[in-house]
Amino acid sequence: MTSAIDITRAVKPPRAVFVNFPLGHQTGKPNEPELQKRIVLDALHQFETIAQPGTIVELPYIWDANDRSWEERDYTKGWMPERPSQDAADREEAQRRARYSG
Amino acid sequence: MPVSYIPRTRELYADFNNPYRWVTNESVPWTPLNKPIARCRVALISSGGIMYRDQPRFHREDASYRCIPTSATRDDLNIWHFGYPTRDAQIDPNCVFPWERLKELEREKVIGELHDPCFSFMGGIYSARKVRTELAPKIADELKRAKVEAFYLVPA
Repeated sequence: MTSAIDITRAVKPPRAVFVNFPLGHQTGKPNEPELQKRIVLDALHQFETIAQPGTIVELPYIWDANDRSWEERDYTKGWMPERPSQDAADREEAQRRARYSG
Repeated sequence: MPVSYIPRTRELYADFNNPYRWVTNESVPWTPLNKPIARCRVALISSGGIMYRDQPRFHREDASYRCIPTSATRDDLNIWHFGYPTRDAQIDPNCVFPWERLKELEREKVIGELHDPCFSFMGGIYSARKVRTELAPKIADELKRAKVEAFYLVPA
């Protein structure tokens, strides 16, 4: 799959499928398994239908029919939430490792 | 109109003193799929930075990958990636790593088999050379040895 058509046009993988969703959601929205499954099914189907090398198929899913503002914001300055400090990130990492040990 | 990420990346990283050189390829590699996907061994990889249990955390310029058992539950998975907002993927990794959906499709015989393990790496790697010479060949070798027939790559 591809989340950036312009990058994929330059890279030229054998087959690609694009869903016009914000970055981080290429196979759907959280806790929406029916949507996720439809996207994955549509993508897998392209293994059998794409015959021309380098084809990029755009699937007709719409993130939000009433709000396209994410398209202005995606991958622009300030679009990412503030990153935790290194100390906070290290504490979080220590907690993660502790959770699974023992 | 889909977002053009190349100009947005240039602008976002305009302060970097090392402008990114985008990969452009001239030819397209191609192997036809000679049987229905319902009879294929399919492998999943996500560039979304998924880690299983206490596997080492990813870091910038990390050319390593993680093996995620298909039996993993949501509680077993965590995300580390600096290049996209990971909140929704942390809530439900299927947004960028649809392993649960693929397991269902295997049970329903839509795919022949989901290769165990699934794979993930952290796609924020500035050096395309590192990906080409370190990360990709190791994964390709693993896939060939496992006789994987179709490789489903999901970006974040």
